Amino acid sequence: MELKSAVPEGAIEELWDGHRFNMRLVNPANKRRFNVIVVGTGLAGASAAASLAELGYGVTVFSYHDSPRRAHSIAAQGGINAAKNYQNDGDSVFRLFYDTVKGGDFRSREANVYRLAQLSVNIIDQCVAQGVPFAREYGGQLENRSFGGVQVSRTFYARGQTGQQLLLGAYQALMRQVAAGAVTLYPRTEMLDLVTVDGRAVGVTVRDLQTGEISSHSAHAVILATGGYGNVYYLSTNAKKSNATAAWRAHKKGAAFANPCFTQIHPTCIPASGEHQSKLTLMSESLRNDGRIWVPKDQNDARSPADIPEAERDYYLERQYPAYGNLVPRDVASRAAKRQVDNGRGVGPLKNGVYLDFGSAIDRLGQPEIEERYGNLFEMYDRITGEDPYETPMRIYPATHYTMGGLWVDYNLMSSIPGLFVGGEANFSDHGANRLGASALMQGLADGYFVLPNTVSDYLAGLLGQGAVGTDHAAFRESRAEVEDQTKRYLSNQGTHSVDYFHKALGHIVWEKIGMERTATGLQEAMRDISSLREDFRRDVRVLGSGESLNDSLEKAGRVADFFDLAELIARDGLHREESCGGHFRVEHQTEDGEAARDDENFSYVAAWEWQGEGKPQLLNKEPLEFEHVHPAQRSYK
Amino acid sequence: MNLTLKVWRQTGPTAQGQFETYEARDISEDMSFLEVLDVVNEDLIERGIEPIAFEHDCREGICGSCGVMINGQAHGPGFRTATCQLHMRLFKDGDSITVEPWRAASFPLIRDLVVNRSAFDRIIESGGFISVNTGSAVEANLIPIPKVVSDAAMDAAECIGCGACVASCPNGAASLFTAAKMQHLNLLPQGQSERWQRSQSMVETMEEYFGSCTSHGECQFACPKGISIDVIAYMNRDYLKSMSKNRKLGGQGLST
Repeated sequence: MELKSAVPEGAIEELWDGHRFNMRLVNPANKRRFNVIVVGTGLAGASAAASLAELGYGVTVFSYHDSPRRAHSIAAQGGINAAKNYQNDGDSVFRLFYDTVKGGDFRSREANVYRLAQLSVNIIDQCVAQGVPFAREYGGQLENRSFGGVQVSRTFYARGQTGQQLLLGAYQALMRQVAAGAVTLYPRTEMLDLVTVDGRAVGVTVRDLQTGEISSHSAHAVILATGGYGNVYYLSTNAKKSNATAAWRAHKKGAAFANPCFTQIHPTCIPASGEHQSKLTLMSESLRNDGRIWVPKDQNDARSPADIPEAERDYYLERQYPAYGNLVPRDVASRAAKRQVDNGRGVGPLKNGVYLDFGSAIDRLGQPEIEERYGNLFEMYDRITGEDPYETPMRIYPATHYTMGGLWVDYNLMSSIPGLFVGGEANFSDHGANRLGASALMQGLADGYFVLPNTVSDYLAGLLGQGAVGTDHAAFRESRAEVEDQTKRYLSNQGTHSVDYFHKALGHIVWEKIGMERTATGLQEAMRDISSLREDFRRDVRVLGSGESLNDSLEKAGRVADFFDLAELIARDGLHREESCGGHFRVEHQTEDGEAARDDENFSYVAAWEWQGEGKPQLLNKEPLEFEHVHPAQRSYK
Repeated sequence: MNLTLKVWRQTGPTAQGQFETYEARDISEDMSFLEVLDVVNEDLIERGIEPIAFEHDCREGICGSCGVMINGQAHGPGFRTATCQLHMRLFKDGDSITVEPWRAASFPLIRDLVVNRSAFDRIIESGGFISVNTGSAVEANLIPIPKVVSDAAMDAAECIGCGACVASCPNGAASLFTAAKMQHLNLLPQGQSERWQRSQSMVETMEEYFGSCTSHGECQFACPKGISIDVIAYMNRDYLKSMSKNRKLGGQGLST
């Protein structure tokens, strides 16, 4: 497979403007003749669908939720970055670009990241115009705060519910187009296959989750904005339904999957409280602005935190990383917490957390100010743990949160299948090996509002005069048959264990062996274990009920089956990448003081894996990465 | 703790439904209410009985997917708490808990505890937005918004669209939901050009699907985001004003 990044020639500051001028346009009368399918209604999907419809294209949108407003972007808490430099603290487009490339540990494409930084300022304008109630100063101007891995304050936020407010903005823009008749919306409908004809994406096969009806939909282009694959770990901060099925089915139809081993473990989540745990709850990274992280100096210190004097506490991040302190990037903070817990300094009933303490912030700022900043997060913590964080420090521990890897896309966000575009977390594009806080919302909206409407138009311009492929085409028929067959297989399996039973077991393997620290032996074991568990799953999964009505187990069975294949690919990718970078930490490759040791000479590339058929290992393709503006150096936050 | 659950089971929109009784054993007080349903479902699957269908997703109180009547209360006994964040420390060993779907004619039942809340989307479609095409926005700090205004808009914008307000209302009214969105947009300077169209259109769409508000007030206590019924007063005022404003706006008013 040839991977053409399609990055235009020229100075990085002018690439996107130049490219926009060079891209072909579709005149308003012709736009009506084109239909675009958008799968997923999170930030990237809803914003792309609304924007394309505003342009005049016919847009068909699929969501497995009951309403587009439920997509998991809604749960993002902390904020969204933009290089507005409202604080006059030295921020600029170049600095946001620089921070993101560095934060990503030099494994992202410079041109994409630069464009992201440029567009960040337009996103804030757009969202404010839509009525997103961002936090404001008393003078009425927008307020900012700081996030991990940066030294400026460029994060815009709406209390602890920034994702909710941004998603509602995009959802409302989408619903406005539904009302205008420009968007046809299919809620409770899950994409189960991508249909290609002559190597181009021409449509999708979907299942109506309420009636079980399987149907085909054709279009001139397909956009996947279906999120990340963090739920491969079973326990993660992702919503329960978040899954990789749409992306994985596209992968099986020829879309390369890039850097799957780049997964992000978020340092500040509420620790698990027992075996029944069904998901983990994130406590926004913004808390690290005012909270101080510590553990008792003594192992197995059973005293309550209030009884441990200052001198017997280890504020280990402030000690190890004096320049960034509690605001080191996520990967660094997560590994540091894991080491403290592994060394027996963990806190809480299961000794599986570290403290995040607001005592000194409350003394400095007063409780009302802390309430103003983090009130809803404190409330949420109290509700889940039964402990009041104004009185006693929060307990936190890392959990899977985001996946930097995803379907490979070029500069136009088109996958290796012409006509298949991928936006948001579902693509691999902008965060390299580690994403900085408040950058996911930025990327989702940059892709959806500003990149895809332009690049999809350019692609469609080349199809002028061609109708969409009819759904009676053999490729659609075969795809429907395959999906129907899979549904029937699960229902007639007569196994003994539930889908969740297998998902938990898979998650256990992935967390233990492809989690925060990885070794060659561990990864090999993981591949063996995954493969044998997958055999058990196929033989022994029990899916009750019918395919003709709402059936949660049936939906989950298909998603977990894809997680098995994906988990195997994560291990394979992690095994081949003989270096540590960002979220991928190979124990064999670390510096003397335990930091990630990158190998730029041998691994400065995007690993794009190509499907070779059921049961065969994927083929590795490499897209070399070049760094002209941000020179790779060991990331130092000391 | 051990609990007895009386759960509404109904295989489809037109099927006959009934309560079934299930035992939930060894429940930890750290579990969420949905995790109890998970435990019950695992047991049901083991016994070859179809699991209880219930809506859920983020499990952190923000997506608005979940929501059931627990002992007759929308989202159960926790104050300002969605079902997913209701933890079992509010219950005690031996409790018997009745679990039903949202009860409202405008939310037709799909299966077991899952209902269709798409009428909410119809209300948003009718005007719950600010019309600004991508690319046409002005510089964000050009229009200062007083912090108190922005905060009040945010208070209303926190609505998660779960439907607890409708389910808890004796009239099955959606006033709290509609008013919260209207307040959010009508307060902001950006929302002014469409204010009167929005007010009329959203209220009239709401009336098409839902019952009418009689200021019973139950909704604000059921609301997991604690949205106050003050927003309803604001909605009524704006609706009333919209009658004359839209007439005056003439050609710029509603097309209907």
